[in-house]
Amino acid sequence: MTRSMMARGLLTFCLLRALGGWVPWVAVSGLLTSPVVTANEDTAVFAAATNSLKTATLNEMEKAVEELAAVHDPRVPQVLKALLEGRLYYTKDAGRMVYAAATADGFEITDVISGGKIGTVEKFAIKKVAINNTLRASLNQLIARLELSVGDPAQRLSAVKAMSKTIAPESALLLRQQLTVEQDKSVREAIRTALALADIASADKDARLKAIENLKGNLDPEVYNRLNALLEKDQDFFIEPDADIRNAAEAVIKNISFKLQLYRLAETAFFGLSLGAVLVLSAIGLAITFGVMGVINMAHGELMMLGAYTTYVVQLLMPQHIDLSLFVAIPAAFILAGLFGIAIERGIIRFLYGRPLETLLATFGVSLFLQQLVRSLFSPLNRSVVTPAWMSGSVEINSVLSLTLNRFYIIVFSVLVFLALLSVLNKTRLGLEVRAVAQNRSMAKAMGVRTGWVDAMTFGLGSGVAGVAGVALSQLTNVGPNLGQAYIVDSFMVVVFGGVGNLWGTLVAGLSLGIANKFLEPYAGAVLAKILLLVFIIIFIQKRPRGLFPQRGRAAEG
Amino acid sequence: MNRVRETGTPKVLGDDAALDTIEDTDLDTSHGPILYLEDVTVSFDGFKALNGLTLYIDDGELRCIIGPNGAGKTTMMDVITGKTRPDKGTVYFGQIIDLLQLDEPDIAQAGIGRKFQKPSVFEQQTVYENLELAMHTDKRVWPTLFAKLSGEQRDGIAEVLQLTGLTEQRNQRAGALSHGEKQWLEIGMLLMQKPKLLLVDEPVAGMTRQEIERTAELLLALEGKHSVVVVEHDMEFVRSIARKVTVLHEGAVLTEGHMKEVQRNPKVIEIYLGA
Amino acid sequence: MRWHERIAGDRGDKLLLSVLAAVTVLVPLLNLAVPATSSLHLSTYTVTLLGKYMSYALLALSVDLIWGYGGILSLGHGAFFALGGYAMGMHLMRQIGERGVYGNPVLPDFMVFLNWQELPWYWFGFDHFAFAMLMVALLPGALALGFGWLAFRSRVTGVYLSIITQALTYALMLAFFRNEMGFGGNNGLTDFKDILGFNLQADGTRAAIFIITALFLALGYLACRLIVGSKLGRVVVAIRDAEARTRFIGYKVEWFKLWIFVFSAVIAGIAGALYVPQVGIINPSEFSPLNSLELVIWVAIGGRATLYGAVIGAILVNYAKTVFTAAFPEIWLFALGALFVLVTLFLPEGLAGLLRRREEPAT
Repeated sequence: MTRSMMARGLLTFCLLRALGGWVPWVAVSGLLTSPVVTANEDTAVFAAATNSLKTATLNEMEKAVEELAAVHDPRVPQVLKALLEGRLYYTKDAGRMVYAAATADGFEITDVISGGKIGTVEKFAIKKVAINNTLRASLNQLIARLELSVGDPAQRLSAVKAMSKTIAPESALLLRQQLTVEQDKSVREAIRTALALADIASADKDARLKAIENLKGNLDPEVYNRLNALLEKDQDFFIEPDADIRNAAEAVIKNISFKLQLYRLAETAFFGLSLGAVLVLSAIGLAITFGVMGVINMAHGELMMLGAYTTYVVQLLMPQHIDLSLFVAIPAAFILAGLFGIAIERGIIRFLYGRPLETLLATFGVSLFLQQLVRSLFSPLNRSVVTPAWMSGSVEINSVLSLTLNRFYIIVFSVLVFLALLSVLNKTRLGLEVRAVAQNRSMAKAMGVRTGWVDAMTFGLGSGVAGVAGVALSQLTNVGPNLGQAYIVDSFMVVVFGGVGNLWGTLVAGLSLGIANKFLEPYAGAVLAKILLLVFIIIFIQKRPRGLFPQRGRAAEG
Repeated sequence: MNRVRETGTPKVLGDDAALDTIEDTDLDTSHGPILYLEDVTVSFDGFKALNGLTLYIDDGELRCIIGPNGAGKTTMMDVITGKTRPDKGTVYFGQIIDLLQLDEPDIAQAGIGRKFQKPSVFEQQTVYENLELAMHTDKRVWPTLFAKLSGEQRDGIAEVLQLTGLTEQRNQRAGALSHGEKQWLEIGMLLMQKPKLLLVDEPVAGMTRQEIERTAELLLALEGKHSVVVVEHDMEFVRSIARKVTVLHEGAVLTEGHMKEVQRNPKVIEIYLGA
Repeated sequence: MRWHERIAGDRGDKLLLSVLAAVTVLVPLLNLAVPATSSLHLSTYTVTLLGKYMSYALLALSVDLIWGYGGILSLGHGAFFALGGYAMGMHLMRQIGERGVYGNPVLPDFMVFLNWQELPWYWFGFDHFAFAMLMVALLPGALALGFGWLAFRSRVTGVYLSIITQALTYALMLAFFRNEMGFGGNNGLTDFKDILGFNLQADGTRAAIFIITALFLALGYLACRLIVGSKLGRVVVAIRDAEARTRFIGYKVEWFKLWIFVFSAVIAGIAGALYVPQVGIINPSEFSPLNSLELVIWVAIGGRATLYGAVIGAILVNYAKTVFTAAFPEIWLFALGALFVLVTLFLPEGLAGLLRRREEPAT
């Protein structure tokens, strides 16, 4: 696959996701897709069976409950649960079956059949459907069985998990039955785990050893707890007398811990990668203005801020189409920040070429100006930017590792921006002229390159990318006048660390700093990790003043 | 060329020794040459700017070095003055000072002065202050803070002003001098350093005929007191001052000898004329 | 040139020092001796405000020394100012003693609040005035020494140096925001009661601190003038204009830079120590990169490499800030931003350059 094809594929993919949640995204998020709810069950049958509960005497109750349980309706477990927990009532006047919850003013009641709220009534207006202890025991079983057989896979999964906590022989039987008919892979897996856990508690040594062996690599926290319980001591004696069992359990625990660590590592790496992607995004525009042109633009952060505010304004303008807003905001932010950049270059910077320190001060003035501008135009307070539906949520890989979608998209997006920029610099006429001017300004001028125009375009490009980065940042942090300030030091660090004038250096530096930061955080805390990295870069720059990937050769000797 | 530097224990000049040298260090030139470059190689990204260069400069000698662009002349000076570290080879000043162990200020204080191709003086300061800054003295921080000019030092500055013909401009800002005057000021600054070896890079580039003559006089007056190495493109100027000429080509010595011999050398004619 | 010639050689110097002397005498007089009813009376608020400006002026001098003369643009000089301020703040904090809210004789209030049982080791000694004053100079000096040694030795120059100095002060700001650091975290050090037994709120104490600040400003000014007039000053200027050339005539450039950088940091630290008792608080926001940038613009507006320009710039800009932020708070940042741009574009030599141009119109 060529680079452009890959980029196009990714773009289409993102578009599809944006166009609505209905596009099945099987590859990554199989668990998230919910099957269409079976709507038109025979409500009359359900209503009749439910109503029979209020007329039944305590003796008839067991039969009535079983009849209700036989009705194939997703509402049934709910009714049985309410009955078990004493929340099932009927109104004295109309005899409607309701759920009731005690409030300060009386009882808030909800219709059982329709699920609609009725309102708050006095205590004397309703009567509880009573049950006895024998009924309670069988209700528990019934509910578990029902939840196992009806409902969507997610409901079944939680039912299995609930059962595996306090496993009883009857539920083990139930689970074995369900295993023979269960289709969903993850539910089958959960049942197997529950059964293995049940086997550990059995008396048969071989079955226990086999069960422990079967739990190898199982990441369910319940498994980990149960196995660890086997190794516990009561004073000096092991609670579990059999040494073979203990050894087997210990081996499996080791295996599980190793796997857990591996996944935690993967999660940290993912967090690090996404932070790194943010750093790359915010630094890459700077890599162009500072790295290629040698211009210190202290207003870079504020150009990102403009991008973020563009997102805010775009969402205000199209409140009905939040899902699409980012796709409008990205080009809008690019153009807006780019124009500001060109204005800054033409109005200020071009008079200051060759005086980098003065450029730094003047652009800092611009940054103060822009900050106050948004403060006056909008507000000194943070504005809220909505995250489109397709960007929220997360992908659960397993019980320990889940990846949030917005971070995932940021990584994809920064790679796209990086590749786009790289191809602009390497493949286009503008890129050629930019590189020519960067290497030898007077020579380029002599060859007929309009250096002034190239300067303005380069600066516009770098600034536009900053605006685009701002759109991405609006999805991660607060959008306020100080947004730029928070990122400017980091961005400079990334560019300097990577080596000035080298886009690849910026990529590597940004990603490695992001990852290093996230790996340090558990040990040092977020603030200290950041300080440590800053100190590291300060020392690093002093050892290698030209960064990770320095430009070499005589020209660089300066 | 079989002059070989005697192998003794090389003395490495540390900070103290180099900075304290108001009086002569024990620069041993008893074996003739003052500067030894042996098998020096420098490469930039694979391109060999110097390729096994071996060169000796005698004490008190005035040597001209010529060669086409890219022959390695400036790189050679960079190596001698510590700006560039060679990939391999040895560079000794006299018998015992290993220049590769020293940084730029130490080398300057050890007695090697350099004039750059582009005139490089301190433009914001007066001619007098420029000379005072260059003056051979204790150049550590604290002594510099409390430094006062002695009568002897004033005389020294006056003498150099005289020699370079800048006495009248002594209180002018150096930035206001003409191109030629800046070149002379820079040579004057070199003299204030009291170097034993002067490296002069294209001293007459961009000068008028008269200015060139004056510069030639200046350099000739130095011969005998100092060793001087001049890198120059202007053949006429070289002819007017040179005793011995070294031709560099592709980072190594092509030939060495009297100007007349060198000019007749077919290889030299080939690289210069491309015939 | 003899030393008094060096000092009084420039007209700007003479003028500035005479104005300073007059202010030092007049301001406390108008505050203490003139009755409050008189229109000539200066309020204690004004005295403190002027004192604050003067400590800023001293800070600006330290920046002018390294930037104007040495070409080293430090965007983290606020860090040295803040460190000096914290050293003074720690002393004043210890002086509170049992008068704190929690009445702990040893621990400052914020430590009691954090349930700390004993004073951290780095707070020892700060109850002695002399020790604290030593630290005022030593802490910024040591930081500048360590940082400068690393930076100058590996020849980090120009904008790179500016950026890492900014990172330095940013890192320090983050660190001082942490409660675990033991410097009061977000709130910093405040609620000071007295200094050397004198009540900090008393008019007399305020006036005395004002006079001391003015004296230190004059002393700092003279010291800087002596340095830039010495041969060392000329070497530093030479390094600014042609660093490589200076090396080739035999000066160890990094040691000169280090010396001037450390000296400048010490002055900044002293300025910070004078600032804290007057404003009554020191907190991590003093480390913010914005502060350090702002003080660079004071110097740029006053005029680089003149010394008096730095003093004038610091006082003018801060006066403008006081006026603007009170009258039109919205406009202040616009004005400051515009100042940055206009001064760099149209007034590269600052106000001092403007004066000089009027005096010698021919050049």
